[in-house]
Amino acid sequence: MADLHSTFLGIESPNPFWLASAPPTDKEYNVRRAFEAGWGGVVWKTLGEAGPPVVNVNGPRYGAIHGADRRLLGLNNIELITDRPLEVNLEEITRVKKDYPDRAVIVSLMVPCEEEPWRKILREVELTGADGVELNFGCPHGMAERGMGSAVGQVPEYIQMVTEWVKKHSHLPCIVKLTPNITNILGPAQAAKAGGADAVSLINTINSITSVNLDMMSPEPMIDGMGTHGGYCGPAVKPIAMNMVAEIARNEKTAGIPISGIGGVTTWRDAAEFMALGASNVQVCTAAMTYGFKVVQEMISGLSQWMDEKGHASTADFVGLATPKVTDWQHLNLDHITKAEINQDDCIKCGRCYAACEDTSHQAIEMSEDRIFTVKDDECVACNLCVNVCPVEGCITMRTLAPGEVDERTGMVVPAVDDKRTWLQHPNNPSADPNMCIVRGQ
Amino acid sequence: MSNSQQTPGIVPNRLPEEAYQDNFSDLHPRLDDHEALVAADRCYFCHDAPCMEACPTTIDIPLFIRQIATGTPKAAALTILEQNILGGMCARVCPTETLCEEVCVRETAEGNPVEIGRLQRYATDTVMEAHPFARADATGKTVAVVGAGPAGLSAAHRLAMHGHDVVLYDARAKAGGLNEFGIASYKSVDNFAAREVDWLLSIGGIEVKLGQALGNGLQLDELQTRYDAVFLGVGLAGVNALRCDGEDKDNVLDAVEFISDLRQAEDLSSLPVGRHVVVIGGGMTAVDAAVQAKLLGAEDVSLVYRRGRDRMGASEFEQDLASSKGVRIITHAAPTAIHGNGAVAEIEFAYTTDGANGLEETGESFRLRADQVLKAIGQTLGDANGLEIDGGKIKVGETGRTSRSGVWAGGDCASGGDDLTVTAVAEGRDAAEDIHATLMGG
Repeated sequence: MADLHSTFLGIESPNPFWLASAPPTDKEYNVRRAFEAGWGGVVWKTLGEAGPPVVNVNGPRYGAIHGADRRLLGLNNIELITDRPLEVNLEEITRVKKDYPDRAVIVSLMVPCEEEPWRKILREVELTGADGVELNFGCPHGMAERGMGSAVGQVPEYIQMVTEWVKKHSHLPCIVKLTPNITNILGPAQAAKAGGADAVSLINTINSITSVNLDMMSPEPMIDGMGTHGGYCGPAVKPIAMNMVAEIARNEKTAGIPISGIGGVTTWRDAAEFMALGASNVQVCTAAMTYGFKVVQEMISGLSQWMDEKGHASTADFVGLATPKVTDWQHLNLDHITKAEINQDDCIKCGRCYAACEDTSHQAIEMSEDRIFTVKDDECVACNLCVNVCPVEGCITMRTLAPGEVDERTGMVVPAVDDKRTWLQHPNNPSADPNMCIVRGQ
Repeated sequence: MSNSQQTPGIVPNRLPEEAYQDNFSDLHPRLDDHEALVAADRCYFCHDAPCMEACPTTIDIPLFIRQIATGTPKAAALTILEQNILGGMCARVCPTETLCEEVCVRETAEGNPVEIGRLQRYATDTVMEAHPFARADATGKTVAVVGAGPAGLSAAHRLAMHGHDVVLYDARAKAGGLNEFGIASYKSVDNFAAREVDWLLSIGGIEVKLGQALGNGLQLDELQTRYDAVFLGVGLAGVNALRCDGEDKDNVLDAVEFISDLRQAEDLSSLPVGRHVVVIGGGMTAVDAAVQAKLLGAEDVSLVYRRGRDRMGASEFEQDLASSKGVRIITHAAPTAIHGNGAVAEIEFAYTTDGANGLEETGESFRLRADQVLKAIGQTLGDANGLEIDGGKIKVGETGRTSRSGVWAGGDCASGGDDLTVTAVAEGRDAAEDIHATLMGG
């Protein structure tokens, strides 16, 4: 069994699976259950300043998107930060950290955009023995209307300013949690870095309306006949989150800042993917809210088995291994030719590949009278849609044409491996350097 | 005084009162909403779906299942009923394991097809309260439909829908044909056959006249002078004889009559059944009779068929059903003599083998105790009023045209197609469309 021990900003945890700041980490009771189940760390649900706590709605707080068999694919919520008194949370954090010294306990914070409230709360958090703080600049509903949460996260100057205050008033490692509700994640990430943040975590939830009640003509979750946008999370947001993680990891202005990856992590594989793109650890919420804390056991055993198979001795070994492979479209090899291939032994003859290709793509699949489906190499552009709609995993695969083979669709001979042509060398590119352009017979 | 399974002779009340209710309850109860959604989720929405091709009425199965999955079961019901007005009964009696479900791609993939029959029942049950179709403007044309079984009902409904006035004749005192008189009770509980007929007739424009049959009150010549067209769905009125010694002994009965009596019985416990019952035949009727004899409390029931299991008309599912209810299936045995003093006491069989010149007796024989013998060895056409015959049935073309202009036929009485409810519905519908085109085109 590979050792899953993780060190993030000097914070030790037995594995890289933390629970994100959210309802599962709102109380001592839940956090103790999480640690007993095996979670490596928690980011305690966001604390606000002392005084009367925020008030949550008492109607439904969540909306959902389901896949087949009512599998929960996306969850949205309109819950605010903790609605329990600050001192209660601080006492509980102190007790839990004392009882679980080997687990990471990070405290999420959100107070008004003024230096004094930040100074005050940081002093109190330090007394709990917590390992670090995470600045909630992401919450997209409710708190943003009061100038906090994503209202800060959407203005890089504010991110930098608050981060600077936090670093000035506390020695604790500081993670800045980023909102995806912006046009370019690099601006906020750079601002966090400039402000002295030790790490960024992303993504927070996405502005969303999950469903509309067609009887009441109101968005859901519906509170007394009205609804508001909520924060979207769960497996459905993973692709968006991974892109943002990769952008930060590969961009020279932000590269190198430690990343805690968040967004739809449900299995060990999701975690490995986030980490391969540059996250040092991951935070999980929806999977735990869907299946309970026990899911971490599959994440632990799965990641461990995979690390053993790949020969990774530590979770740090594979962080960022896929980052250099993330590039801009213009650098992709336009002479890399593949063709779909249907394994007739695996084919169950549902014909979905045919319908997809014939109706919506390139008419590159042939259907015989007796329902044998074959790829027409002279029409196949290798779009991969047939692979994606096939219900049998591995039944349709993409075969790469070797150098010297002819692409029957274009008539082009596949060039040697070191002779690849990207858009930058392509004759159809009006901006390409004519001296660099490589013309192939096609 | 109550009897037991061991009481000699043919007697009622062999079982405790409550056993009848259990034994004759719904074979495949209606799916509840959750079960229907789970079952519907499994459909792959195949292109040019094999299930649809396998359905004699060509119901768009992927579409109706998707309509269930998206919360519109009434729309699903219309998809079914537009093709097959007796979709409710077909959902209950179709041998789906040899039709749609046999070719389901999930049967190919996992050996576990989508439960198409039960989903069809789920959908159709939602519209049984009110008739969903309306009649077209009256055409002023009249059509006689002879036989109110599945073929006649289907034809009558389609003709009425097109605006023709239909008179529906039947020999029996009740409409429904084999749906009402010839199908095992546990496949059509709660008087469904009669309720479905009432629902079907509620479209209007169909006058039912009972107690009249071809050759018994009705003659083609006369019908043709009174109506613009005639459709015959008269079924098979005769029963094949065993042609062995002792066939005329008491308690040697036709299985169809046994089933019919059972279906019409108000109180199943009052139905007499033998202690030792032997059913001769290998089709659906044989299984329906054998299983029901067992469920009525016969101590032992043997189903004896002269050929191998693979040649039996009853599907593997039906054979398994019989075995699971305690029916002993004996194959490769042909009856040679029925023994007994007045009433049957034993029946003698010769073992058979498939020889070069067809079925041959091996020379070995055996006897079974029997106080009741049920013959289910096929039925024959009754009076055909001089129409051309082909293979013992009324010769018809593709849309049911007989040798006589203006006369169509369909269902079991007509040549071609399997003798199934669903096939009869398809033939009645297609003949009705041709009659409509003929009447309106002329």
